[in-house]
Amino acid sequence: MSLNINDIKRIAHLARIQIDDTEAQATLTKLSGILGLIEQMQAVDTKGIVPMSHSQDVVQRLREDVVTKTNQRDIFQQNAPELGNGSNQAAVDGGLYLVPRVVE
Amino acid sequence: MINQSLKQYSQMLANKEISSVELTQTFLNRIAKHNPSINAYIALDEAKTIAQAKAADNKIASGKAQALTGIPFAQKDIFCANGWKTTCGSKMLANFTAPYDAHVINQFDAVGAVNLGKTNMDEFAMGSSNETSYFGGVKNPWDFDRVPGGSSGGSAAAVAARLCAAATGTDTGGSIRQPASLCGFTGLKPTYGLVSRYGMIAFASSLDQAGPMAKSAEDCALMMNVMAGFDERDSTSLNHPKEDYTRSLEKMIGEQPLKGLRIGLPKEYFAEGLDAGVAKVVQDAIAQYKKLGATIVDISLPNTQLSIPVYYVLAPAEASSNLSRYDGVRYGHRAAEYDDLMDMYIKSRAEGFGAEVKRRILIGTYVLSAGYYDAYYLKAQQIRRLIAQDFTQAFKQCDVIMGPTAPSTAFKAGEKADDPVAMYLQDVYTIATNLAGLPGMSIPAGFSNGLPVGLQIMGNYFDEARMLDVAHAYQQVTDWHLAMPKGIE
Repeated sequence: MSLNINDIKRIAHLARIQIDDTEAQATLTKLSGILGLIEQMQAVDTKGIVPMSHSQDVVQRLREDVVTKTNQRDIFQQNAPELGNGSNQAAVDGGLYLVPRVVE
Repeated sequence: MINQSLKQYSQMLANKEISSVELTQTFLNRIAKHNPSINAYIALDEAKTIAQAKAADNKIASGKAQALTGIPFAQKDIFCANGWKTTCGSKMLANFTAPYDAHVINQFDAVGAVNLGKTNMDEFAMGSSNETSYFGGVKNPWDFDRVPGGSSGGSAAAVAARLCAAATGTDTGGSIRQPASLCGFTGLKPTYGLVSRYGMIAFASSLDQAGPMAKSAEDCALMMNVMAGFDERDSTSLNHPKEDYTRSLEKMIGEQPLKGLRIGLPKEYFAEGLDAGVAKVVQDAIAQYKKLGATIVDISLPNTQLSIPVYYVLAPAEASSNLSRYDGVRYGHRAAEYDDLMDMYIKSRAEGFGAEVKRRILIGTYVLSAGYYDAYYLKAQQIRRLIAQDFTQAFKQCDVIMGPTAPSTAFKAGEKADDPVAMYLQDVYTIATNLAGLPGMSIPAGFSNGLPVGLQIMGNYFDEARMLDVAHAYQQVTDWHLAMPKGIE
């Protein structure tokens, strides 16, 4: 299972992380090493084994469908990032977060 | 003043030999003196800390003191603490002030313990040396050229250098136990689900667990009494009855306190890859356990080597999902220049994350992507069950399992930073316990070439009290856990 530079770029796009050609090449080398490590799994016979995601036999707990949280928008928006592109104002306006236009 | 146990501090506070403010100030002064060179702490807020100490003194004066009231602890910077910078060791959250408290922070607050500050860590808990932190590496107090281990490297250095009474850490693949081994103190990763992950910044949700890092098993037991317990805000928190983890420590006295205890030694943990000096210290510790009355049973955990590839599929996969929330929209790093929304995402994330975190997100994205999910993620989950079954089988023949915690003593800073796979192999003895959800701890067992060596104790689900007893019995007849590095008086 070997990767090439286009695989790296495709994965980086899925992960929404920008990667230039030099970085992609370095990442390719390191990731190929890690993939070599995980190839060891293919030698194991796992037919019929139920995948394990949790050590205890538990089910998702449910709760009453009622509102329990209070509105803390002002507190949370204190962590808003700077708008950028020349402006150092916080990326908030009227309780909303500011992002580049999404809908045409 | 800096080498006492939690019980001793509690007694001193009760007897008015010292106030919480005085005790706290003692540690703050040590931090001011030594932290610039050791870099154990990322965030300090003397005013907040002293205010907590004053409140603790009031609590003590009104007769409401509990075991940890007024005692100052270091908190790993992975726990959201209201009003404190909470960075997770990352540029992504370098300016993030947590607007709420993690459950673990709540628990310490509720008993009147004091928060000394937030400790340094590998970025987003991904690392075994604290070298991936945006805030720089941490020095191992035993040798400033060497790493303290990771990801809880800051907490580790703080405990070893006596820059706190004790500390909290988290362990996803060994991040409490390996630093405990490399820095010569006692650390415990509880059974998965015992300590609530609410407010604990997520790395790999099915593996992450918070736990105590302290100078003794007794200290860890006292901290577990505060940290463990059901929390409805964490959907993976187990409704396990509250326990007193100190309840049978006092029985660990007399000629052979561990008579009847069967200790399993997995042959795979004493094979190739283990440093000879470490092996010798661990064998000596086992011999000591025989003197304490225990019986040794040879066991096998056949899928041990597979735990590394399995972990390096599952943990990055879960991390890629957990870290997708960092998009520069509502909090965290946003790029200073961007053209459109996609550009904002890809630049914010490329700038905010360090190289190791990016590597793991990419691996995780790959193994979860269409066409590869079955071959990688599902396969890893299946082998995970085989690994857990190895332990279930082993615990039919023994009560606890012992072995080395790490394959070597502390390595030099920079030695493994360029080779991710070499770094990953540091976790070979600790990872399986996270995959199986079992409790594991590391206790100091001696030195090799002047550097600490940890003995690992693994137990069955919910067997922490017994593990702590077993560790405590050893600490009653040895004094490795009392050793303190020189040069940081």
